[in-house]
Amino acid sequence: MSKRSATASVSNIGHHTINGVWRLGYASRFFLLILLQSGTSLRRLRLIIRELYFTGVMSLIIILVSGLFVGMVLGLQGYHTLQIYGSESALGVLVALSLVRELGPVVAALLFASRAGSAMTAEIGLMKATEQLSAMEMMAVDPIARVVAPRFWAGVISMPLLAAMFSAMGIFGGYLVGVVLIGVDEGSFWSQMQSAVDFRGDIVNGVIKSFVFGVAVTSIALFEGYDAPPTAEGVSGATTRTVVTSSLAILGLDFILTAFMFQGV
Amino acid sequence: MHGDHDLGARHAPLAANCGEYRSPLQCLPSSATDITVSSDNLVEISGLNFWYDKRRPILSGIDMAIPRGKVVSMMGISGSGKTTLLRLIGGALKPRTGEVRVAGKVIHKLDREGLYQMRRRMGMLFQFGALFTDLSVFDNVAFQMREHTDLPEAMIRDMVLMKLHAVGLRGAQGLMPSELSGGMARRVALARAIALDPMLIMYDEPFAGLDPISLGVIGNIIRRLNDALGATSIVVTHDVQESLKIVDYVYYLSDGKIVAKGTPQEMQASTDPLVHQFIHGEPDGPVPFQYPAAQYRDDLMLGG
Repeated sequence: MSKRSATASVSNIGHHTINGVWRLGYASRFFLLILLQSGTSLRRLRLIIRELYFTGVMSLIIILVSGLFVGMVLGLQGYHTLQIYGSESALGVLVALSLVRELGPVVAALLFASRAGSAMTAEIGLMKATEQLSAMEMMAVDPIARVVAPRFWAGVISMPLLAAMFSAMGIFGGYLVGVVLIGVDEGSFWSQMQSAVDFRGDIVNGVIKSFVFGVAVTSIALFEGYDAPPTAEGVSGATTRTVVTSSLAILGLDFILTAFMFQGV
Repeated sequence: MHGDHDLGARHAPLAANCGEYRSPLQCLPSSATDITVSSDNLVEISGLNFWYDKRRPILSGIDMAIPRGKVVSMMGISGSGKTTLLRLIGGALKPRTGEVRVAGKVIHKLDREGLYQMRRRMGMLFQFGALFTDLSVFDNVAFQMREHTDLPEAMIRDMVLMKLHAVGLRGAQGLMPSELSGGMARRVALARAIALDPMLIMYDEPFAGLDPISLGVIGNIIRRLNDALGATSIVVTHDVQESLKIVDYVYYLSDGKIVAKGTPQEMQASTDPLVHQFIHGEPDGPVPFQYPAAQYRDDLMLGG
């Protein structure tokens, strides 16, 4: 009996491994297909602009409000820590570097995955379940070119912009708490920030991070939607997987990118 | 095999029957009569086998011919392989053995571009319409015109209104799919399916879940549009009464095989127990009411 159970366990592990590898291959092929089929959407920019509205503009509220609160918390926590060492004038540097290098791209991407990523998965999953994608195929219109690729580019374009707005709003939140509420000197807040934040090393690296997160989150969301079993349970499971996988991918990629970008800092 | 069916020109073109293209109900063609052989088949299926798991074939040894200009029905109980057959004709699936020819071309041997070219000449009505929920009725019907043609918007507008008028929904052009009833959604989907005047129109369960009035309207439109457009139609359905009124020929599928075929009159008069049970909706017969199971008595005793 135990021998049979051990065989079943090994077989189960093998089954899951093969499934995982197969799925990874399918996802890579899907990603390549998106790139190959992007010509249509890049030629018909209105398709991308329409999706930019849904993924980017509609995510603005949550990004801006979250950015403001994260910046305010950073201002408060940063001030209490820095004053121990008598360096509260460096509050602007702390807030700006934390946001531009890390929190801006990472938190904005996590919010983007929850808000826009899950919506993309649910929408495409439901389009599949209600045979809209099959109908498109039967009309000789490639759903990857017409539905998936515009959403992909909209996500990739909007992610760095949203991260930048998150950081800007966060810095404003840090200013509100640090300068307006607590009374840190305004001149040193802004001047130290200006001298310490490097455009290439900090801002551009932050933009690169958010771009990579945009590619990862959007690809995962679109793949999960496209691959979702055409049932209510299938779509709900795919939406959950989008948020979980995207979040883990963001944090894992953040570590790898940080390790490469800030080696010598 | 091909071309030897007793199918042929039964219905006169719509113009002979219905000069003005007004209400679908005014334009019903004359009742079914015998039809003659036509060698001009639009769809030819030979030696077709299909399975996902070889131990459980979905379609076995299908041979079928569908002449141009006819409305042919594929009937059978749920799970008999009708929709799979439709998907094979549309090129969404590839046969394991055998072939499907549409307009003389073997569908599964076409490359992607060739298949898409072929699909531009096909229209398909999905079971629940499959309308694009983010587009209005007008934009749904205009979808293919905008994707596949460079026609000016003014011309597209006129064409869309003509298609919507043909299904009696010109007044609903501004509505969203969520604002339509089931029957209306089916009619919009039908207008969309004929947007580019296809040579072949496929209907997957067009009568499912409709009230009696919508049922009659859809049936009428299917027949009328087929004749008006000079198209060929394949209707996959298990709605016996409605489909027998409008089709020229019937193939009856059971367990993935064609077990009976003939004109609607022949099917109604059939003494084949399987066909008889299906046509007359008898609850028990060759198709058992009970799904195969262990002895009822033994099953009940299992709980202790």
